[in-house]
Amino acid sequence: MAHRDYDWLTPALTLVGALILAALPLPESVAAFRPDWAVIVLLYWSLIAPRRYGLLTALWMGLALDTLSGALLGQHALALLIVVYLSQRFYLRIRVFPVSQLAVTVVLLLSLYQFTLFWIDGVAGRTVPLIERWGPVITGAVVFALILTAFERRRQAAAARM
Amino acid sequence: MSAPGQYSGSQGRGEVSLGARFALLAIVSLALMLLDHQANHLARVRQALLIIVYPIQMLVDVPSDVWQSLHGWVTEREALLAENEQLKRERLSVNFRLQRLDTLEAENRRLRELLDSTEALGHRVLIAEVLAVDLDPYRQRFNLNRGLQDGVFVGQALLDADGVVGQVVEVGPFTSEAVLITDADHAVPVSLNRNGLRTIAVGTGESNRLRLPYLTNSADVVAGDLLISSGLGGVFPSGYPVARVLEVQVRPGQSFAEVIAEPVSKLDRDQEVLLVWTEDNAPPAETARLAGEL
Repeated sequence: MAHRDYDWLTPALTLVGALILAALPLPESVAAFRPDWAVIVLLYWSLIAPRRYGLLTALWMGLALDTLSGALLGQHALALLIVVYLSQRFYLRIRVFPVSQLAVTVVLLLSLYQFTLFWIDGVAGRTVPLIERWGPVITGAVVFALILTAFERRRQAAAARM
Repeated sequence: MSAPGQYSGSQGRGEVSLGARFALLAIVSLALMLLDHQANHLARVRQALLIIVYPIQMLVDVPSDVWQSLHGWVTEREALLAENEQLKRERLSVNFRLQRLDTLEAENRRLRELLDSTEALGHRVLIAEVLAVDLDPYRQRFNLNRGLQDGVFVGQALLDADGVVGQVVEVGPFTSEAVLITDADHAVPVSLNRNGLRTIAVGTGESNRLRLPYLTNSADVVAGDLLISSGLGGVFPSGYPVARVLEVQVRPGQSFAEVIAEPVSKLDRDQEVLLVWTEDNAPPAETARLAGEL
């Protein structure tokens, strides 16, 4: 199947959109369940077009998140790098997973992301209150599954190209 | 580490394997973190990055801005009149208190001259708007729409109409980032207004709680005591209200009491805060120079 190359505009816009969503103020009760938009969108593009959106994109997104949130410079970057590295390493397998298995993988990746952030905070001696950290993981996995189902055709096309 | 070719996913880039690239970039981000953690080695880098994310901060702020102007449009006439009435009344009582303050201030100055002590009372303030940007639910931080070009500097105190709010921790060209006194990493030197007892108020991470962990069981502190900034540490000007003591729990068998206080400023509802320049915390020469450059 002849397939045109993806335009760069859609990924760029969605990535910036993810940053905006990540910084959008939410009521305090819901804020703990805000999905990690940046990870989700990045993960999506690194699965669909792994050669274009990979580690470097992760580094830039991470630095943007660090600057926006006032975190240690490199904190989100490292967490994103780890997630994207794993997804790139196994993208061929992940891409053909059924949705249920995919959700489990994404839960694992998002947990790893949260854990890395938490761990760096701890090492750097920043006090972080122990609020449940599973909120973003659960909502994130659900959102990711929804996005993949919504754009199922694109995923199949990407899988077919390989 | 060389990945099996089939999974390496790096054929597009050719030579370097995915693992090697990951290791390289991970080292880069680790190095950044080390440099950033050590001291202010990366102040310039952060400023540059802040310029890049500035449009995002502005975009994020748009919905709440729009909401507020919409709210202004559709607020009913009666509500506005009532608010106007209330503000007039408030102004009257505030003016009344100001009259007394003027005489007190004059008297205070005279007495200080007699005592030959000098204390800077002149403060310059600038109103800064709080940007509706919110990323980390675990930290008590926010962004302001003032930066280097307004002369903001790291360590500058923030007040609101009721008391101390926090301090500036990061300054970009157009925006700056502030930490609230309730952030778990923040502490304010305070003294009890009633008897001048000095201690430190530590943030808890909750926006309406402070802890006073260094008061002994025998310390003279009761619920309702007002805590004011003591001016020690040189960040916060002295004499501004910080918090009111909520409860004091004497813990026999331990040397320190458990004292909880509630901030007097409206930390989580502030739309606007005041940046303060006092004579003794005037911006260091370097910041002033940077501001001049911009």
